Amino acid sequence: MIAALAFYVFAAILIASAVMVVTARNPVHSVLFLILAFFNAAALFLIAGAEFLAMILIIVYVGAVAVLFLFVVMMLDIDFAQLREGFQRYAPIGAIVGGILFLEIVMVVGAWRFAPDAAALRVNPNPAGVTNSEAIGRILYTDYIFLFQGCGLILLVAMIGAIVLTLRERPGTRRQNIAEQVARTGSVTVRSVPTGAGLKELGILRPPSPEEAKPKEVEHHQGHGGHH
Amino acid sequence: MDALMDFLFNTSLGILILTVVKALALLVPLLIGVAYLTYAERKVMAAMQLRKGPNVVGPLGLFQPFADAIKMLMKETIVPTGANRALFLFAPMLTFMLAMLAWAVIPVNDGWAIADINVGILYLFAISSLGVYGVIIAGWASNSKYAFLGAMRSAAQMVSYEVSMGFVIVTVLLCVGSLNLTEIVRAQQTVWFAIPLFPMFVIFFISTLAETNRAPFDLPEGESELVAGFFVEYSSMSFALFFLGEYANMILMSSLTTILFLGGWLPPFDIAPFNWVPGPIWFVLKICLLLFTFIWVRATFPRYRYDQLMRLGWKVFLPFSLLWLVLTAAVLKLTGWLPA
Repeated sequence: MIAALAFYVFAAILIASAVMVVTARNPVHSVLFLILAFFNAAALFLIAGAEFLAMILIIVYVGAVAVLFLFVVMMLDIDFAQLREGFQRYAPIGAIVGGILFLEIVMVVGAWRFAPDAAALRVNPNPAGVTNSEAIGRILYTDYIFLFQGCGLILLVAMIGAIVLTLRERPGTRRQNIAEQVARTGSVTVRSVPTGAGLKELGILRPPSPEEAKPKEVEHHQGHGGHH
Repeated sequence: MDALMDFLFNTSLGILILTVVKALALLVPLLIGVAYLTYAERKVMAAMQLRKGPNVVGPLGLFQPFADAIKMLMKETIVPTGANRALFLFAPMLTFMLAMLAWAVIPVNDGWAIADINVGILYLFAISSLGVYGVIIAGWASNSKYAFLGAMRSAAQMVSYEVSMGFVIVTVLLCVGSLNLTEIVRAQQTVWFAIPLFPMFVIFFISTLAETNRAPFDLPEGESELVAGFFVEYSSMSFALFFLGEYANMILMSSLTTILFLGGWLPPFDIAPFNWVPGPIWFVLKICLLLFTFIWVRATFPRYRYDQLMRLGWKVFLPFSLLWLVLTAAVLKLTGWLPA
């Protein structure tokens, strides 16, 4: 009973926050509602007994993806009046795309059928005595290893593509060469000194710089400080 | 007595009451620990810098944390003009809440965790990766440039170091074969993971410094260039919640390091004088050692420059931890030590 009640509470908040993602006027609020939606989806996974998926959902989507979303949305200076300007002009195209997507979903759901052995598995998806993280691992890294690695490769290519697109060699940029800096001696040295002794007692003195060597007369003409 | 036991363990109201009592038994010592961590930090840093530190309120200044807390409570909460009021007040609460929430799965002794869940380590990783939201939301909602710059830095920094932390955790999990925190500690019965995985231990410790925004990675606060960074606009209790959250997170990260690398509640040697000491005391001692190191580092090292911070995270820690992960997996596979 409590599980059913919890399911409906989380599901209701999930749908409500998903609606708010689309309707909120402030994009930062949208992203925050998206995060709330992720959380409630994770809670639904927990109720279904899939705690591994729940935690991964939070780590990957909330902990990493949504942080980057929020980062970008906060950095962008979006003018909303400008965004809404072409609404009527773009509405028909948007409606057509939306309609096609909706039809596709209807077709997919309409042709939905369960695999022959799914009915038996639905009752007890985990083999007895195995935690669900282990159960996922057993399937993912055995039967579906090539598909899994394929997904990884596609993501890698996408990542490299993004880097290649954004990386530009600009002339005149100064780069830090750590090894060169560490190897440099002479101007700056680090030495160990006894605690509590002054620098003068130790005989460590800064060589006088040319500015300091100048007579201090100049300061009198600056006019600040009222001691004269 | 039996009737009471039956009520506590077998009825849902009893279990609820029991859980609340357990949570209080954990959180009250934790908050006192946080209070005295602030005191310890001031005293230790003072000793390292040849000063006295707080010494006026109470004997040796021991009541200083409470004096500070009362001062914070008395002050007015100021919400800046143009700030997003709801989010501005929500951010410190979130930070504090997350710092407390994570403690649900920490096993202080064998079987002493409030919730001994299967995916304990993932839960901790998830909660610690949420910590960045408190900072980002605070920085954005303050509607102040300094706060916003601090929040942006923090977002990039915490996400960067989480990646190498993830690889370190995976390396430990390879040696354990379970995501359960109690199992992770039990797997260190023969040898603490800090010894075979020493480089990972060092990387993890440095990453926890970055993850808790502590010196030398305290760029989100960066007093010298960002005034106080993301919480520059906060005052009174809303500031105190950030402060408490930061210190509670330090204790949390230390306990996570203890569980992953220093054998949790296990004594260093399983022989006579060491195993007389109860497990929770070992656990607390190890946490104290790590916390001392946190303070020691703060008193010793200057702040990193932002590009150096990113370089360390992405170009040093990430490839190294990835390499070590592959190495560990290969060694475990070849020697047949891979846990079933």
